[in-house]
Amino acid sequence: MDALILQILNGLDKGSAYALIALGLTLIFGTLGVVNFAHGALFMIGSFCAVSLSKILNLSYVTLDETQTDFLGNPLKVKTPYVESIFGADLGASIIDWAVPLAILFSIPIMIAIGFIMERGLIKHFYKRPHADQILVTFGLAIVLQEIVKHYFGANPIPTPAPDVFKGSLDFGVLLGFDANAIIYPYWRLVYFGFAAVVISAVFAFLQFTTFGMVVRAGMADRETVGLLGININKRFTIMFGIAAAVAGLAGVMYAPINSPNYHMGMDFLVLSFVVVVVGGMGSLPGAVAAGFLLGILESFASMNEIKALIPGIDQIIIYVVAIIILLVRPRGLMGKAGMMED
Amino acid sequence: MSNSNFTRRGLLKTSSLAGAGLAMPTIFTASSVAAYTNEPDGSGVTLGFNVPQTGPYAEEGKDELRAQELAVEHLNGEGDGGMLNTFSSKALQGGGILGNKVSFVTGDTQTKSDAARASAKSMIEKDGAIMINGGSSSGVAVAVQGLCQDAGVIFMAGLTHSNDTTGKDKKANGFRHFFNAYMSGAALAPVLKNAYGSDRRAYHLTADYTWGWTQQESMQAATESMGWETANNVLTPLATTDFSSYIAPVLNSGADVLVLNHYGGNMVNSLTSAIQFGLRDKQVNGKQFEIVVPLYSELMAAGAGENIKGVLGSMNWNWQLPDEGTKAFVKSFGEKYGRPPSNSAQTCYAQTLLYADAAMRAGSFNPCAIVEALEGFEFDGLGNGPTLYRAADHQCFKDVLVVKGAENPTNEYDTLEIVEVTPRAQVEYAPDHPMFAGGELGKCNPGA
Amino acid sequence: MFGLGKHDLKILIIVAILALLAPFILNPFPADSAMAQFNAGYPDLMQRFAIYGIFAIGFNILFGLTGYLSFGHAAFLGVGSYAAVWMFKLLSMNVLPAILLSVIVAGLFALLIGFISLRRSGIYFSILTLAFAQMSFNLAYSVLTPLTNGETGLQVYNDDPQILMGPNSSTVTNLFGLEMRSTYTLHIGSWNFDFAVGYYLCALIMLAMFYLSIRIFRSPFGMMLRAVKSNQTRMNYTGLNARPYTLAAFVISGMYAGLAGGLLASMDPLAGAERMQWTASGEVVLMTILGGAGTLIGPVLGSGFIKYFENIFSKINENVLHEWFSFLPQGLENIMVWMVSPFVGSGWHLTLGMLFMLIVIFLPGGLVQGGQKIMHLFRRDRPEDDKPGAARQSTPAE
Repeated sequence: MDALILQILNGLDKGSAYALIALGLTLIFGTLGVVNFAHGALFMIGSFCAVSLSKILNLSYVTLDETQTDFLGNPLKVKTPYVESIFGADLGASIIDWAVPLAILFSIPIMIAIGFIMERGLIKHFYKRPHADQILVTFGLAIVLQEIVKHYFGANPIPTPAPDVFKGSLDFGVLLGFDANAIIYPYWRLVYFGFAAVVISAVFAFLQFTTFGMVVRAGMADRETVGLLGININKRFTIMFGIAAAVAGLAGVMYAPINSPNYHMGMDFLVLSFVVVVVGGMGSLPGAVAAGFLLGILESFASMNEIKALIPGIDQIIIYVVAIIILLVRPRGLMGKAGMMED
Repeated sequence: MSNSNFTRRGLLKTSSLAGAGLAMPTIFTASSVAAYTNEPDGSGVTLGFNVPQTGPYAEEGKDELRAQELAVEHLNGEGDGGMLNTFSSKALQGGGILGNKVSFVTGDTQTKSDAARASAKSMIEKDGAIMINGGSSSGVAVAVQGLCQDAGVIFMAGLTHSNDTTGKDKKANGFRHFFNAYMSGAALAPVLKNAYGSDRRAYHLTADYTWGWTQQESMQAATESMGWETANNVLTPLATTDFSSYIAPVLNSGADVLVLNHYGGNMVNSLTSAIQFGLRDKQVNGKQFEIVVPLYSELMAAGAGENIKGVLGSMNWNWQLPDEGTKAFVKSFGEKYGRPPSNSAQTCYAQTLLYADAAMRAGSFNPCAIVEALEGFEFDGLGNGPTLYRAADHQCFKDVLVVKGAENPTNEYDTLEIVEVTPRAQVEYAPDHPMFAGGELGKCNPGA
Repeated sequence: MFGLGKHDLKILIIVAILALLAPFILNPFPADSAMAQFNAGYPDLMQRFAIYGIFAIGFNILFGLTGYLSFGHAAFLGVGSYAAVWMFKLLSMNVLPAILLSVIVAGLFALLIGFISLRRSGIYFSILTLAFAQMSFNLAYSVLTPLTNGETGLQVYNDDPQILMGPNSSTVTNLFGLEMRSTYTLHIGSWNFDFAVGYYLCALIMLAMFYLSIRIFRSPFGMMLRAVKSNQTRMNYTGLNARPYTLAAFVISGMYAGLAGGLLASMDPLAGAERMQWTASGEVVLMTILGGAGTLIGPVLGSGFIKYFENIFSKINENVLHEWFSFLPQGLENIMVWMVSPFVGSGWHLTLGMLFMLIVIFLPGGLVQGGQKIMHLFRRDRPEDDKPGAARQSTPAE
């Protein structure tokens, strides 16, 4: 029982990451109809916003400490971050400590700007081009983006820890009356889950309850008619693209402490995010979110020892097995709309 | 060539006929002119450095490349000579190899067997490379080793830790300086016993591919032989990025040690997850919960950041060793690149020197002569203490380092500290040890 | 001739000339010059050009004609390779049974996957094929190791049964004794030209497959496939069931992929699981689009383009750059090296990514259209609407 609850927790957490990534992708791919292979790269750039901010905060001046030596026997260079000298050692240190949450603020304008530039500069010209061309151009863009990151940050993962207060884990089991240590869960992952819930609700609320959202939804359903009504739908689609990039970026920022960011992390999530969106059904935001959580939870169950003992290697393929079954049972995924990228 | 005559005898007959008829073109092969593949003509000799330059291990590859370039410099008598000055064999004098100036070509393995073989092939076919060196995974090492055996060039493996490289996949033309999974287990076990006691239950998380399995097998055997129990061994898919669902059940399994048989990105992510779950802050069975990472690499350790503090593991070599060879190497590497070398860099540097030295002592680049010169070769001064290249399986035997994540690193390169240097005698094993069984070296192939 | 129209015959002859003279064409620079770095005329790369050409030609039969975008074609290449290496392990190093089996096995595998995946169309079809291929890759890398040798890749060992091996049989891959690796090197001045048996086998098979693909493109069956692409609903209304046609196209292109896999293993008897990864499937998609989907010669160009960058640009390191620019003054030399080095060596991905973008932005019809634009410069009298690129605009590829 406790093992099941533990894996559900795990699944919710994994699922929230999948759902966030898929949400951004489905805004672009599921609704604008652009096959965006650069979406993983947006997620990666989000993570690197956190890395960059922490690097910026850690910008240091160098003093030589004659009492210690470095590996070549020269006097050791001691680095003191400027932030610490400006705000004092304590406040400075805690600002650096909170780099990842601060990066949320830092990343939103950056990601929206990247989204705008991408849409206006590139994607706009590809709305009417075949999907094959969209794949090629966005894949090329993804490679270019990740190679640029590799050039500046190197290929290695870069540790980007969460603030100290979120270190360690919460013993859920005790709260529910199980033994100590039966169900533990890291604080930061709980934060991630909560954060994902907030972002997802915000996007839904925005599309559901604002006039802007209404127009965009109308535009997704029938672009031409909305255009005939004299509404500049293109501008709104650009904004949607910016929002999608921001959602992907935020997913990446908060993910940085969970896995140290590296330049190809976007590619690791790319296939998965497409699977989630399609399983959720093309053109459906709730579908994408539901599929994200479903796959996250099933993946967690599949990694349980009892299930692995039953079917060896099931955790290797569970996502794909589920995808195949769902697509065969439900022709348009969980909640897909008819006619979206079906021909 | 008829297809209807498809019995065994028929096929043999047909193929021998066809063979005789078509043997003509082989007379013209380039190899029939030379005594062996890519025989240098006296003006220079080309070495092929095949390292990952894209993908997750690109940084590792970059460091290997730095060391290889440095080795070539030293072989050609440029720079300060590095470990040439401390090497016990004095055949190398810095005048190239056998009077040939050493040059090199580089390639990208992409950490994929296919791409690595393509790259190695182009070095052999196009650039005339006579030796291939480098790599940062066992899959690639075994694949390229097989290729070099077929092509008739020498393969000096880079970072490859699987038992198979000099076990069931060993090849006469291939040599491994790096240590292996068995040695990791043998070196770590006594240290673990001292540090954590002999009454422990270990939970293994193992990367689900060949290297992971040999690593896990070795660790389990070594720890069980000193009294530990193995609570569980869970295989994790290579593509896993989030290990939470594998880490979460560990604490409730009755185990009090977690062994992470992961490397590279997998290791960084699984260790980060384990620390996030607060495993090392917990008490299980009345004992402090501990984590072990059997194979460390300093580049990947840097990726895990503070999470490695106090976590034990093993290494082939570390720049903080006090011996003269290490000092000389770290000095010339550090002065050129402004950073200390990693252990994969050291192994590539040493391998390049060992190849060059073997050619000097053999007086020939002929792969068979080199094999003969390297087999059973005893040397010292390359940073690992007295070392033997065993003839039976082309594996180097030397001391193994047990290291620990530094508690208070003073700089970014100081992330690991040496706990113990396990003497060579303790990590030796018979060539027919069951973990290395199967496969045979075969005969050296000069490619002619 | 060969039952081809004049235009197709011309293309076939051009491809044949290019393929047969490749050792000359791809080695334009003297071996000792600085530009020799750009020579691609060594056996391994030429074989790869031909083999990936076959792979892309086959993929184009499915994608170019029916518009069904399979994202799992690498799986067929992978099983083809495994089948071939198993033949080497069990029978002998003769490539003929290996290639035959690899085609058959890949065909059966494609039949199975195609039968299931073709129940859906559009993006849903793509994801189904992707899912099957990723499952194959993940399992081959881990659980199926006894069959695939996992991470290391399947290879031939000395203690394998090899029941057809006689005492004098060759221990390297051969066609009835004719060794794939035997190479005749022609030295003319400071030029070296390699003629490898393996390459010519691949090239001849590639030509045969190219010919076959032209015949398929021009056949009634090919027309039927185009009908599927342009409007499947209308086709259904006329009482035609599209499924058998698309399934046939899927299996044929799967067999092409299997053939490519078998040839890869025949040139180099090792089959790695990475051949089935989604990146490999994506690569053939990129090759086809890059060259020009739906055109005859496009996929071959696209595959050559990508393989060239992978194998040539990745090998240019800073030393080579310094050699190139050594004629410049020291300071300028360093600046040039600093400017060029991010795009070569470990940065070859960057160059490839940028070229993908540039080509698709400026040449909507792929490399083929680029070629046609150049042709137009010389022959202005050609009517505008003759461009397949223009025709493609009205019939989107999916």
